[in-house]
Amino acid sequence: MKIHEYQGKEIFRRSGVAVPQGFVANTPQEAAEAFKKLGGPIAVVKSQIHAGGRGKGTLKEIPTQRGVQLVKSAEEAAKVAEALLGNTLVTIQTGEEGKKVNQVLVEAGCNIDRELYLGIVVDRSAKGPVFMVSPEGGMNIEEVAEHTPDRIFYEKFDVDTGLLGYQARKLATLLGIKGKSIGTAEKFFRALAKMFVTYDCSMVEINPLVVTKEGDLLALDAKVTFDDNAGFRHPDLAELRDMSEEEPAEVRAAESGLSYVKLSGNIGCLVNGAGLAMSTMDIIKLHGGFPANFLDVGGGANVEQVTEAFRILLADKNVKAVLVNIFGGIMRCTTIAGAVIEAYKQVGFNVPLVVRLEGTEVAEGRRMLAESGVDIIAAEGLTDAAKKVVAAAG
Amino acid sequence: MSILINRDTKVICQGITGKVGQFHTKGCLEYGSKMVGGVTPGRGGEQVLGLPVFDTVRDAVKQTGANATMIFVPPAGAADAILEAADAGIQVIIAITEGVPVLDMARAYKIVKQTGSVLIGPNCPGVITPEECKIGIMPGFIHKKGPVGLLSRSGTLTYEAAWQLTNLGLGQSTCVGLGGDPIVGTSQIELLAMFEKDPATEAIMMIGEIGGSAEEEAAAYIKEHVTKPVAAFIAGSAAPPGKRMGHAGAIISGGKGTAAEKFAALEAAGIETARSPADMGAAIQRAIAKKK
Repeated sequence: MKIHEYQGKEIFRRSGVAVPQGFVANTPQEAAEAFKKLGGPIAVVKSQIHAGGRGKGTLKEIPTQRGVQLVKSAEEAAKVAEALLGNTLVTIQTGEEGKKVNQVLVEAGCNIDRELYLGIVVDRSAKGPVFMVSPEGGMNIEEVAEHTPDRIFYEKFDVDTGLLGYQARKLATLLGIKGKSIGTAEKFFRALAKMFVTYDCSMVEINPLVVTKEGDLLALDAKVTFDDNAGFRHPDLAELRDMSEEEPAEVRAAESGLSYVKLSGNIGCLVNGAGLAMSTMDIIKLHGGFPANFLDVGGGANVEQVTEAFRILLADKNVKAVLVNIFGGIMRCTTIAGAVIEAYKQVGFNVPLVVRLEGTEVAEGRRMLAESGVDIIAAEGLTDAAKKVVAAAG
Repeated sequence: MSILINRDTKVICQGITGKVGQFHTKGCLEYGSKMVGGVTPGRGGEQVLGLPVFDTVRDAVKQTGANATMIFVPPAGAADAILEAADAGIQVIIAITEGVPVLDMARAYKIVKQTGSVLIGPNCPGVITPEECKIGIMPGFIHKKGPVGLLSRSGTLTYEAAWQLTNLGLGQSTCVGLGGDPIVGTSQIELLAMFEKDPATEAIMMIGEIGGSAEEEAAAYIKEHVTKPVAAFIAGSAAPPGKRMGHAGAIISGGKGTAAEKFAALEAAGIETARSPADMGAAIQRAIAKKK
C-alpha cells in the first residue's frame, strides 16, 4: 500500500526522523493559513499524489503550472493551491492520463547545503532490508544507477538489531557528511531503519534528503510503501489508504480475491496462477497481439469469481476478445468449464471468447463447453490459443 | 535418486486440521507419499484422515520420525511454524502458505539457514519426486518419473512445463516450486547445485520470472559449475515496469529485473532458452541434443 507524502512525513515525525514543518491543505484558504502558521519568508506548495516526478510534472489543464512551487506570501500560496487543487498532474510516473490533485502540502523552506538520496528496500538477494544512499540527491536514482552505479552505496541491516551505529556512520561518511553532522546522520538513519521494521514497510525513499547550512538532516520528501501481507498487524494504517489513487477495476478485483492489473491492449486474459498469467500475456504478444490485462483467478476460483472476472474484463472498452487459459490442478477443468458457461450466460458476451483447458478432468471439461451451446472458440495448447485470440481480436 | 524427497521421506502437515491442509494431505496420501501425521497446537491426540495430530512439531518428530513437513499455517503464524519445524530438526520444510509478511521471512530465513534445514517457499506449490513422494498442491498425474530436474518460481506455469515434458516422453527427477515471494528459503543456485550432484538428473529446466536478479546470478553459476544441459524460460516479457504481477516478487523496479535482461544473461551463459511458454519442453530437448 502506498501513502501520500504528508502521511509518510507524519510517520517520520512520530519515529524521530527529521522533516520540515508543514501542513496539509484541502482549499486555497487553508494553504494561505498554513503559510501564515509556518511564519517564514518562503514556503513550498506540493501536490499530493501517489507518483514521483511532481516537481518537473505539469498540470494538464494549466501546462505552465508545475506540481511543486516555491511561494513567498500567503496570497501566493493560495493562488498556487487554487491552480493545483482539483486539476490533473502529469509526471513521468503517472502516464499520460495523470493524477488528480486533491490535497497540497504547504511546507517550510530551508537552507539547503547539499541534496542526497536515501532509499530502503527489501532486497531478495540480501534476504532482508537494505539501505541505498547516494550523494547524487534530487536526481532520478534510476539514471544514477545506470550511468554512475559507483555513486550508490548499499548497506544491509538486520531486522532484529536494526541498523547499527557503525553502519550508519559508514553511510554518513560515504555520503560526504562531516563533523558534527555525522552524529545527526547516525540518529536519523537508525531511526529510519527502526521505523521501516516497526511499520512493516516494503519501501521507503527520501529524495532529496538534505543537509542544511546549519548542519541538520531533513527529509524533504517521503515515499513510503507498506507490505500488504503485514496489514493484519497494523489495522491503524488502513485509514491512510487513498482509494481515489487506485485503479477502480483493480480494487474491485481484489475484493473478489482476484489479482488484476489493467494494461493498455485489447485482449482480455483470465488465467489461474500468476506465472501462467504472465506467460499468457507473453505468448499473446509473441503472436502479435496486445494483452488488456493481467488476471489471476487463483487456485480455487468458483462461478462467482469467474463471473466477476468476466465483468471486469468486459467493462474495459478496449477489449476485443477474451482468452481463458486454465491449467487445472486443484481446480478441476469441469469446475472452470461450468463457471465459464454460467458466467458467459450471466454477463452477456459481446466479444469472441477463446478457451484453452488443460489438466485435471480436461476431457470432461472440454465436452461440457462443446455441448453447452455457448459460442466458444476451443483451443488446444498455448500457441493455438494465442493465435486464435489474436485473430479474433482483429 | 532424486533431490530433497523420495519414497522414504516421512511427512507431516502443519495445519492439518484446517480445510486446506486436510484436503492436500489427502491428495499427498493418495499419491503415495508417506504422510505420518500432522500438527495443530491444542489439537494433539485427535486423528485426521487416520493420521495422528500432535500439539508440537517436536512431539510429531519424536513419535513418527518425520523428516519433512508441509506447512499450510495461515500467514500470521507461518514464519513461526517454519521456525518450529527447523528447531525440531525437520530436514525439509515446505511452506505452501501465501501472503507471509516479508520481514517475518527475513527473520526466519536467517535462523533456518543456521540450522541446516532446507526451506522451500513460502508461497509455492511444493516439491514432487514423481512416482515416489509429493509434498504440495500440484496435480500428480501430470508428472512422470524421468531424467529432468525442474525448478520454478511459479505454480501453474510449473504444471504447464511438467506436462509439456511428460507429453514429450521426458519424465522428471524432482520438480521444485521455489515460491513467488521476495524472500524464499532456497535459491535457484542452491537447487542447481543439488540437481548437478543428483545422479538421476540428466538435464535441468529452470523457469524464472521478472523481478530481482536471481536468474542472472543463476546464469553465471550455471556457466561455471553446471555440466548438465540446462534450458530456461522467463515469464513476464509483456509486463510493464512498476506493476506487480500477482507474485510479490514479480515486479520490474528501477528498470531492473526485466525479462529481456534475464534472457540475455541466460543466453550469454550458453543456456538454451524458450522464448515462448509453449516451447519449454522443446527447449530442454534442444539443450540435451546440443550437449551430446
